[in-house]
Amino acid sequence: MPKIKLPVKSPHIDMTPMVDLFALLLTFFMLTTSFRPQEATVIDSPSSISEKVAPDKDVITILVGKDNKVYLNFDNGADTATLIRKEVLKKIAEQYSLTFTEKEMNTFANLSSFGMPAKSLKAWINTEDSKEKELLQTGIPIDSTDNQLNLWVRFIRIQNPNAVVAIKGDADADYKAVKQVMDILQENQVNKFNLVTTLVKEEAKLEE
Amino acid sequence: MAEIIQEEGKQKGGKKKAKKFSTHIDMTPMVDLMCLLITFFMLTTAFSKPKAMDIAMPEKKDDPNAKAPEIAADRTLNILISGNDQIYYYFGAADPKKPLPELIKTDYSKDGIRKILLQRNKIVFKAVAELREKVLTGELVMADSTLDRKTKELKKSDKNAPIVLIKADEKAKYKNLVDIIDEMAITTIANYAIVDISPLELQMLGGSPVPATPPITQ
Repeated sequence: MPKIKLPVKSPHIDMTPMVDLFALLLTFFMLTTSFRPQEATVIDSPSSISEKVAPDKDVITILVGKDNKVYLNFDNGADTATLIRKEVLKKIAEQYSLTFTEKEMNTFANLSSFGMPAKSLKAWINTEDSKEKELLQTGIPIDSTDNQLNLWVRFIRIQNPNAVVAIKGDADADYKAVKQVMDILQENQVNKFNLVTTLVKEEAKLEE
Repeated sequence: MAEIIQEEGKQKGGKKKAKKFSTHIDMTPMVDLMCLLITFFMLTTAFSKPKAMDIAMPEKKDDPNAKAPEIAADRTLNILISGNDQIYYYFGAADPKKPLPELIKTDYSKDGIRKILLQRNKIVFKAVAELREKVLTGELVMADSTLDRKTKELKKSDKNAPIVLIKADEKAKYKNLVDIIDEMAITTIANYAIVDISPLELQMLGGSPVPATPPITQ
């Protein structure tokens, strides 16, 4: 019987198609990625059926954390970093007789959400250590004796009257705190706002 | 998967042959790197963009003498939200001069408050559901904006649709509020408002509300 000769196979696998696929996937992910904005605290928003996408520019975001601390972020689209944040900070500094150097203002312009009384802003801007930064985030005071959120909202709205307000509350935040924020907004003639939620499909059926 | 370079057999006759270079490039490190990058991007991508629900609050008036708008009591459904995910409702208005309306306890499940809201808002809900069904099956073709407008018209059409007043006390959580506003969207209720809770209602909450009763069937 003639022996069947098996061709000697090289142990080498052609990886080209795999590499092609990987390259494609990689490009896809790189192009579609929108990084989550860094937030001062972790907010677990409640769910709703709303399919409206939350605004991402010309927006004042008020975050209410689990511990009822209030944080603020404002975004104006293109000129956020160069203009708005600096202008608003200047106004706040004036109000509380604080002084910020040009460098500090630039640093502030590039940061995102913050939540502390105006007097600890400077320390927060100048700290590099993220742990210390976190410790300084004690929430923006909203009580009637020292209502700093009110001032912030007012100054931002003077700079950008078109800004919409989005409230991003944690599911476990107290209604009382959110209500207080809403009252402050209404004092500033903001009667319409967005509540940020995550989408969960749900449907109702009418029983006959 | 390093490439195994096979040693060539003993060269014959001591003749030196030029080494044949393989046309293969070892792609393993590149693949490794790509794997890593893909994993990184997959994990950091935020696919679900945050959504938002619109909410409009009644304008605050400075005039202390301004009267609250009169609301037909027979159309009113009051929802009281309290701590520990407790939720109560009553119909009509609470008037200190009259006997207090019955406060009924319910829950956030779909057999709880939703059932009551649906029952009250039957006509509008049916009409809106029919319209949406028609659009879904392709019987009616319209743009999203037109659909929105038509839905709004339908919501306004029923003159007996309920008016829901949402009242939360201090113990309520933010989640409860969002859940209730969401129920309004699910059951297509057009008229609802978030209102401050009155002392009388707080008293009703503090008292002993009627334990859970099956929803009234009409």
